[in-house]
Amino acid sequence: MPKTLAEKVYDAHVVRSTEGEPDLLYIDLHLVHEVTSPQAFDGLRAAGRTVRHPELTMATEDHNVPTLDILAPIADPVSRAQVEALRKNAAEFGIRLAPMGDRDQGIVHVIGPQLGLTQPGMTIVCGDSHTSTHGAFGALAFGIGTSEVEHVLATQTLPQYRPKQMSVTVEGELAPGVSAKDVILAVIAQIGTNGAAGHVIEYRGSAIEALSMEARMTICNMSIEAGAKAGLIAPDRTTFDFLQGRPHAPQGADWDAAVEYWSTLRTDEGAVFDAEVVLDAGTLTPFVTWGTNPGQGLPISERVPDPAQIADEGERHAAEQALAYMGLTPGTPLTEIEVDTVFLGSCTNGRIEDLRVAADLLRGKRIDAGTRMLVVPGSVGVKNQAEAEGLDRVFVEAGAEWRGAGCSMCLGMNPDQLKPGERSASTSNRNFQGRQGKGGRTHLVSPSVAAATALTGRLTAPADLTTA
Amino acid sequence: MDAFTTHTGTAAPLRRSAVDTDQIIPAEYLKRITRTGFEDGLFVAWRTNEPDFVLNKPEYADASILVAGPDFGTGSSREHAVWALLDGGFRVVISSRFADIFKNNSTKSGLLTVVLPQADVEALWAAVEADPTTPVTVDLQTKQVTYGDTTVPFEIQDYVRWRLLEGLDDVGLTERHLDDIEAFEGRRPAWLPTALPALPAL
Repeated sequence: MPKTLAEKVYDAHVVRSTEGEPDLLYIDLHLVHEVTSPQAFDGLRAAGRTVRHPELTMATEDHNVPTLDILAPIADPVSRAQVEALRKNAAEFGIRLAPMGDRDQGIVHVIGPQLGLTQPGMTIVCGDSHTSTHGAFGALAFGIGTSEVEHVLATQTLPQYRPKQMSVTVEGELAPGVSAKDVILAVIAQIGTNGAAGHVIEYRGSAIEALSMEARMTICNMSIEAGAKAGLIAPDRTTFDFLQGRPHAPQGADWDAAVEYWSTLRTDEGAVFDAEVVLDAGTLTPFVTWGTNPGQGLPISERVPDPAQIADEGERHAAEQALAYMGLTPGTPLTEIEVDTVFLGSCTNGRIEDLRVAADLLRGKRIDAGTRMLVVPGSVGVKNQAEAEGLDRVFVEAGAEWRGAGCSMCLGMNPDQLKPGERSASTSNRNFQGRQGKGGRTHLVSPSVAAATALTGRLTAPADLTTA
Repeated sequence: MDAFTTHTGTAAPLRRSAVDTDQIIPAEYLKRITRTGFEDGLFVAWRTNEPDFVLNKPEYADASILVAGPDFGTGSSREHAVWALLDGGFRVVISSRFADIFKNNSTKSGLLTVVLPQADVEALWAAVEADPTTPVTVDLQTKQVTYGDTTVPFEIQDYVRWRLLEGLDDVGLTERHLDDIEAFEGRRPAWLPTALPALPAL
């Protein structure tokens, strides 16, 4: 029977399957960070259990990490205690940890691919919903809760029900200045913030195949913002080229064996999807969100929607609440919305290619005098590479702040936060109420829209920048 | 975890859709390394900023069943959202659709998530708004929600229901199949990556 890519990866990891019970799925790689793991390690200790495969587990510090003075102890005692708990747990259970200051430290979803630990056909989990990022390599990767973290630590498996299959096909060519972020924001706006619940999304089509690995990661990263279990893309030459030579990628004869297997990881002709979504890449333009969930987005050339014109009562009510929180008036052109802060970074858009795109727009220019711009590389590796390319100087000379690696302003767990009422254009993944700090207002954007917005102080498409 | 068989309590109508887990409990409360004591973070922004928020109303202060709009629990995978609801006195959340990770997390700690059609959610909202003291019974054994003269059946996977009724821990259940896990491990290709030893950067 023809299978989808996701079904192939799933089936290759079934340890045990019995009627009336969930399948037991083997987990090839377990990524761990400080926020969702301490209670899981406590659970192991309380039950007298150990970590079954420390060598299939990799930990990093990212959510609580300050992006200034990263070698000093964390000032917030609660954050510090959480990071110290991870250090103690990693040492006690023999797990590799990339702590602050380490060359491998960074956001968990940036370092997995960077180290070559993320490979096609694997099952990858982490106590973090953006684990879907790793699907860009043709891995089945998904976020789990802390109880499941404990389960994977103890058994290297998870009980799972077979997910439904959804295809998102994007054909054609993206216009200049339109990026992977715009594609995924458009997808989420179309299917809704939980529209893919119960499904794994496979992204397909010529526009997806043309994307770099960084861009594919941006798309798969936000699968969860459509409610999907995971999102993945069939591995191809682009994938193999990205992986070859990375520290943990196979070498020599192993590389050849791996590529032979990886090349089979494609959806079969005739495989059935439970749901199908089709987008024309040529019609897409830069996308921004206006509301308080990632599905509330529009092309940047549009206006703030009028809830009175929304027929569905629930959606109308949600739009009213969102606009009240966001402090926006229906009918306002999105390009007239002024921002206080621009955030470039996160597991969605904190990779080298994202920084290059933004730097290209900022080179030789100054950002708006009333706007603050934070540039936060997703990992120490990305930071070092950016500095080797001179990108840090471009940002600093433009008036932006160049920071250390971490989750930073994506979520309010470290010192990088919006103040109440402040408004941001952010390359991160969530515009939920208070996500970037209590009372903060977030507009999700691509790296190029972020850079263009920093130059003007209001939401701006790169194509609309005057050359004057 | 505590077993769940049947629960009777009053219900709070949360007329909001796509309630994300950042609203259920904001990230700043996730710095704690304990598994209990999260009730102070439960819906804290809405409780603080909106005097009319349903859980600020004295008539719903003791509610143990939350009746929410569609797409409850979207966003972050934080299991703290489940813990905060339990710590805040809730044993059941009813919605027409849940986000996958939240729903899955709820089954690990004994918070029952019940899916009802939106029309049934609306009827329940109307009933508990008309009389906040209405007792609502959620019976996992008979798979029914009952209030007043109304009884609504709900579906739940038999295996998940059995685990909740027995209060069973997943790890213990999986450990019964260690032979299968070992057999699978014997078949894994040797070239699959390991994080140890740490290899030098490029």
